[in-house]
Amino acid sequence: MSTLAIDKAGPSRKVKYGSMSRDRTWALRWSYFFLVLFAIFFLTPPVYMLITSLKSSAEISAATNPWWVFHPTLSNYVELLSSNQFLRFFWNSSIISIIVVIVTMMISIPAAFALARMKFWGSATLATGVFLTYLIPDSLLFIPLFKVLGGVQELTGITLLNRWYVLVFIYPTLTVPFCTWIMIGYFASIPKELDEAALIDGASWLQTLTRIFIPVALPGLIAATIFAFTVSWAQFLYPLVFTTSVDQLVLPVGITTTLIKGDVFNWGQIMTGALLGAAPPLVIYAFLMDYYIAGLTAGATKG
Amino acid sequence: MADVVVERGRVARATGARKGSSLRNALGRKSTVAFFLTLPLILLILLLVLYPALYSVHLATLNKAMTKFVGLSNFTFLFKRETFWMVVRQSCIFAITAVVFKALIGFIVAHFVHNIPAKGQRKWRGMLLVPWVIPPAMSTLAWLWLFDPSYSAFNYTLSFFGVGPIPWLGDTFWARFSVILVNVWYGAPFFMIMYLAALKSVPDQLYEAAEIDGANWWQKIWHITLPMMRNIIAITTLFSLIVTFANFDIVRILTSGGPLDTTHLFATWAFQVGIQSSDIPLGACVSLFMVPILAVAAIFILRDVNKRGNEA
Repeated sequence: MSTLAIDKAGPSRKVKYGSMSRDRTWALRWSYFFLVLFAIFFLTPPVYMLITSLKSSAEISAATNPWWVFHPTLSNYVELLSSNQFLRFFWNSSIISIIVVIVTMMISIPAAFALARMKFWGSATLATGVFLTYLIPDSLLFIPLFKVLGGVQELTGITLLNRWYVLVFIYPTLTVPFCTWIMIGYFASIPKELDEAALIDGASWLQTLTRIFIPVALPGLIAATIFAFTVSWAQFLYPLVFTTSVDQLVLPVGITTTLIKGDVFNWGQIMTGALLGAAPPLVIYAFLMDYYIAGLTAGATKG
Repeated sequence: MADVVVERGRVARATGARKGSSLRNALGRKSTVAFFLTLPLILLILLLVLYPALYSVHLATLNKAMTKFVGLSNFTFLFKRETFWMVVRQSCIFAITAVVFKALIGFIVAHFVHNIPAKGQRKWRGMLLVPWVIPPAMSTLAWLWLFDPSYSAFNYTLSFFGVGPIPWLGDTFWARFSVILVNVWYGAPFFMIMYLAALKSVPDQLYEAAEIDGANWWQKIWHITLPMMRNIIAITTLFSLIVTFANFDIVRILTSGGPLDTTHLFATWAFQVGIQSSDIPLGACVSLFMVPILAVAAIFILRDVNKRGNEA
C-alpha cells in the first residue's frame, strides 16, 4: 500500500521541484524589489538632509530640483563648526551623555547583579518594579519633575532649573531601568557553576561581580552602554522643559530653537546641524551594529 | 540546591576568618550586600519616578496659582472643553493607526529580509534600521523640510505626476496623516528588527514539514509563523503602543499641535498648557489621562514577559 503511494508520487515529483525553484526565484526577485522600495522610504529623510546640507541658501531659495546639488558647498558645515554656540550645544550633549552613561552603569550593574543572583526579600517585586519603571514615559513625568526641581531649588538654594547638569540627574530615570533589565537577563544566563566556584575559592560578592560577571557579560554591557548613550543623546522633552538659556541647551533643543529665527528657516544650516547631531549615534551604530541590535532585542527576549 | 552550595561556601569563609567582627559579619551577609547593591536603584526609582508620579496627582488637584486645593474641578473643567475631547480622540487615532502600520510594515519587511540569502541580510538590515538610530528630533526636522509649504520636495516630485500641491501640514487631514507617516517611518524598523529576530528562532523543520504537506505561503504564515511569533508580536505591539501614545518629539516639531490644535496628543497638549501657558496643575491633569491606557498596556506586557520567562 505504501509502496504504491510512493510510486504514484514519483513521476510528479520532478515537475513540482521545478515549479518550486521557479517560485523561489520569483519570491527572491519580489523580495529585492520591495526591499528597494522600503529602503527608499526609510532612507529618503537622511539622504535629503545630506543633499540640503551641501547647498547654499541661494540655491535652496532658487527652487531648482530639490533632489540634486548643482553647486555643492561645505559652507554650512564651516559656519556651524566655527560657531561657538553650536559647539557649545555639541559639548553639552557630549558631556551629559558621557556622565549619564557612567552613572547608569554604576547604578544598574550592581543592582542587576543582586537581582539576578542574590534571592533576597522583595527581589522579585523589585525586578518587576524596574520593568514597570521602564514603561513610564517621559511625557508623564516632565510636569511634576519640573515642580519637584523647582522645590528642591528653593529648599537648598542650589540652582537646578536652566542648568545643563540637572539633566545628568534626570536622564538616569530613562536609562537605568532598561539597562538593569537587560543586564539581569545577561547575568542570569551565566552558568551558576562559575560564581559558585568563585565563592568556594573565597571570593567576595564584589569580587565575583568584577572578576567574573562583568567580563563574561561584556557584550551585554556594551549593548547597555550604547542604549544609555543613544537615549541621552536623543532626549528632547526634558531639556526643552528644564533648560532655556542658550548656553545650557543640548543639541536637539538647540537646533530647533536657535536655528529657527522667527519665521525664517535657514534650511541649509538646520539640515547640517541635524546631520551633525545624528552623526554620533550613526557612527556608533555603524561600528557596533551587532551590539546595538542585541541591546534592542534583548529587552523582550531576555528575562 | 545552588543556594545551599553558596551558603556552605559562606559558612566556610566565616569559620575561616573567626576574628572578623560582628559588623563585618553583618556586612558580608548576602541580604546586606544585596541591599547596598540595589540601594542606588531603589533611591532613583523612589525619588525621581515614584515621587513625581504621585506628586502629579497632588498637583492636578490645585488651582492655577497652586495655592488652593480645588479637588476635581480641573478634571471637570477639562471634560467641558472641546479641545480636550479632540486630544483624546486624536491620541487614540494616532496611536492605533501608527502602531498598526508599524507592525504591518515591520512584519512585511522582516519577511523580505528573511527571504533573501543570508549573505546579504546584514547589509539590508543595517540600512533599514537607520530611521530608528537617528534621534527623532533630528529626523523630524528633515521631514519638516520635506513637507515645507513653499519648497516641499514631495510636492515638487508629485507635480510630475500631475498631483496638485498637498498642504502637508496646513490642512487637518494631511497634518494628521503626516504625523502618523513620520511616526510609522521612525518606528517600523524597530518592529522589523524584533520580528526578524523572532523569525530566525522559528525552526526550519516546521516549514519543511508544511511544504511536504503542500501548504502554500499564506498557510505557512498563518499556521506556523504567526503562532510561533505570537508572544513577541504582543510584547512589541504593546510596548510600541505605550511609546506612540506618549509621543512628544514628532508632533511638537512637525506641527506644534496645529492646525487649530487638531494634531495635539496628550504630551504636546500637556506641554502647551502646563509649561508654555504655565498652568501646571491643568498640564499635570492632562498628562494623567495617559495613565489608564498605559497601565492596561503595561499589565499585558508584564503578563507576556513573565510567560516568556517561564517558557525559557
